[in-house]
Amino acid sequence: MPTLTVNRRSVTVGDDATILEACRVAGVEVPTLCNFDGLEPWGGCRLCVVDMSLRTWDDDWFKMVTACNHPVEEGMTVVTNSDRVVATRGVVLDLLLARCPETPLIQRLAREHGIEETTYQRNPEPTDCILCGLCTRVCDHIGVSAIASVNRGWGREIAPPFNEPPPDCVGCLACAEICPTDHIKFSTSSTVRTIWGREFEMLRDPATGEAVITKAQAEHFAKRSGVPMSYFEMSDRSKRLKTAKTFEELQVVK
Amino acid sequence: MRIDSAERFAALRAEARQRDESQPRKVLVCCGTGCLATGARGVAEAFAAEVAARGLDVEVNLGVKTTGCHGFCERGPLVVIQPEGLLYTKVKAKRVPEIVDRTIVGGEPIPGLLYKNPANGERVSAYHEVPFYKHQVRVAMRNIGRIDPTDLMDAIAHDAYAGLAKALFEMTPEQVLDEVERSGQRGRGGAGFSTARKWRSCRAAPGERRFMLCNGDEGDPGAFKDRSIMEGDPHSVLEGMIIGAYAIGAHEGFIYVRDEYPLAVVNLELAIAEARRHGLLGESIMGSAFDFDIRISRGGGAFVCGESSALMRSLEGKTGEPRAKYVHSTAKGLFDQPTVLNNVETLAGIGAIIHHGGAWFAAMGTERSKGTKAFSLVGKVKNTGLVELPMGTTLRHIIFDIGGGILNDRPFKAVQTGGPSGGCVPEALLDLPVDYEKLTEAGSMMGSGGMIVMDDRTCMVDVARYFLAFLTEESCGKCVPCREGLKQMLAIYDALVDGRGSDGDIARIERLAAGMQLGSLCELGKSAPNPVLSTLRYFRSEYEAHIADRACPAGICRALTAYEIVPEACDGCHACFKACPTDAIEGTIKELHVIHQDACISCGACFDVCPTQAIRTLPKVELASREVV
Repeated sequence: MPTLTVNRRSVTVGDDATILEACRVAGVEVPTLCNFDGLEPWGGCRLCVVDMSLRTWDDDWFKMVTACNHPVEEGMTVVTNSDRVVATRGVVLDLLLARCPETPLIQRLAREHGIEETTYQRNPEPTDCILCGLCTRVCDHIGVSAIASVNRGWGREIAPPFNEPPPDCVGCLACAEICPTDHIKFSTSSTVRTIWGREFEMLRDPATGEAVITKAQAEHFAKRSGVPMSYFEMSDRSKRLKTAKTFEELQVVK
Repeated sequence: MRIDSAERFAALRAEARQRDESQPRKVLVCCGTGCLATGARGVAEAFAAEVAARGLDVEVNLGVKTTGCHGFCERGPLVVIQPEGLLYTKVKAKRVPEIVDRTIVGGEPIPGLLYKNPANGERVSAYHEVPFYKHQVRVAMRNIGRIDPTDLMDAIAHDAYAGLAKALFEMTPEQVLDEVERSGQRGRGGAGFSTARKWRSCRAAPGERRFMLCNGDEGDPGAFKDRSIMEGDPHSVLEGMIIGAYAIGAHEGFIYVRDEYPLAVVNLELAIAEARRHGLLGESIMGSAFDFDIRISRGGGAFVCGESSALMRSLEGKTGEPRAKYVHSTAKGLFDQPTVLNNVETLAGIGAIIHHGGAWFAAMGTERSKGTKAFSLVGKVKNTGLVELPMGTTLRHIIFDIGGGILNDRPFKAVQTGGPSGGCVPEALLDLPVDYEKLTEAGSMMGSGGMIVMDDRTCMVDVARYFLAFLTEESCGKCVPCREGLKQMLAIYDALVDGRGSDGDIARIERLAAGMQLGSLCELGKSAPNPVLSTLRYFRSEYEAHIADRACPAGICRALTAYEIVPEACDGCHACFKACPTDAIEGTIKELHVIHQDACISCGACFDVCPTQAIRTLPKVELASREVV
């Protein structure tokens, strides 16, 4: 259980903790855009940069690292608000604001760092996609990998293979729901869900008639977990009703 | 013959040497990529045909062999005739019968084919007297140009695998590490990390499997040393990898070669097959208890895959993108197992270090940068090509003694070292001894050893813009500072060279550069501002001129530069008239010529062809003010 200091506050965290987790334990806020609990840290947005020094280093020697993926160490010193950290974060937000000038989340973060307008060339085709990679990583995480990043550099974008409706997609909406800027569009009716240019048949709760899940997703989950399909097509409300009924029966027995 | 003991190797080596020495008369035809492009294959075939047709074998005992790159690509195809060591440059296949007649049978050199020293116009007959070669000390490139890369026996005759035999039969892995440490060798890929330290930390790391990798993804514009080593002496790379694997305890190895190096892949594949057949790779190498094998993996054309973590992801079959290296790849590299990744040139030196001893290597170079270093000398220099020199050699010696000075004797302006991550070193620092620390202090870096020489007709803003454009193309786009920062930086530079610069530009460049250096994920992004910062450091006035005066002092940036003919200097030769792509020049032969500004696109073609230097550049704004008057 290493003990370290974050902005002069001493905290003790688990052996496998990251600097970001230590910051949170210390109650110090560090902005992030590409980090999500449960997904492996990625280190792409660079907003969580902090200054870090180890006990064995010279007193005034600090290294700038990303908090999200750097492991903690006994006696580590972390500073989240040094001049160069604030300046670097400012450059990153300034650049993101140039890319996504109309995205509320980026506007808000930039404003919090004193940036109202980007100093750089405003993207002539504003987008909400900040290329944080959360959508592709969550898709990989659930074992689907229907979408990926394509091209490199400035031309990088998130897309299904060959920009065609992705054959592996199960319509689970994990990508859309994790997206911090709501860039991934979808629609769900009582019979059909549309996402990434594909249409998915909805399974409806046999008891309530609610559209619950796409058939493809239920099949995917059933196959991976061994739980029968009938479980997945129940709505939350149905599941609660079923539980309540079970308890009722138990009471009767009693 | 399969080598199954130290004795068997010694016998094979003696046999190979004997074969080599029994044939003193040799024609070495360089068949590196550069010479192949200028027709070397035809020359080699012509020699073989000519020799066969005349039955010369009996008469003069002649061996024709195709070798790897001699490094002097600009003068190719190159032919060396042994034992005299005559160097013939720019040899055409049709001259082969004459060479056989006069030199091989007649025993006299053909003056017209000998290298002409541009400094004094004299013909130089001996290979080793040519200034380009005279000053070189070759370690990593020791056998390139001397051996046939497709012939294992030829390599063995020239000491290949002698270091390996010594390591396997006379040394423990620990002793190999000590020997490499004594050599003081540092990584030749650019960062300059100690080879021995890297190997030691990998050996000490716990893991089920261990990997020995070779980085052959050389991608810097103007750099081609690794290609020449892989093409011209692939066995030196294999030997280095096997010794390294023995030292760290790895049994699997990969060579990651960029896809644009097809000849390197062919020669490496051949070398691996030959080595396997002779028991130099695979199980029980040379009959020892050590097993190791190597596979080749071809890159997909991404510059970023030369970065270690991206290279390993690419080898794993994933997208070649870097990841944070807070845990070193020596502990958690390829497939999360302890991994060593060394540059081609680093590995090529290992066999010689073990064979001759670490102290031999450490005797060359400077205090902290030992041994020799290969450079790809290119740009506006008379002799371009590959050179290998002891560390600490001055830039002046490299550019003026070996490179022969600046093309057309124009003034030297700067030399760009270290590829896109490096920087520009100005004339004031020409006496800088080249080593890792000195170059870094000067705001550049060793990098992969690229050296691009620039003359006064070079705009430093434009140079920085060129490297930015390259990196913008090659950034993987994973992290924000590199992806967005490079694009925005390039936009600022586009405006500068286009005469749309504004007052705050230099400050904006500096702020963005600092953000990229500190904030980027991998070294590509962190070092991307180097060309920007080094040109700003040494050539700030050029930036200011672009912004404040709307002028390009070097007369290069088209939007800012006009060309005109100096009437007193023009002799009416008409060369500019013919060169002009837009018919903007008017004049008849032996009369004064004039450039019509409205049709001129400032391409500079007239400037380059004018034999009397009658064409001068001037800022476009000056032209405009003149018209007002």
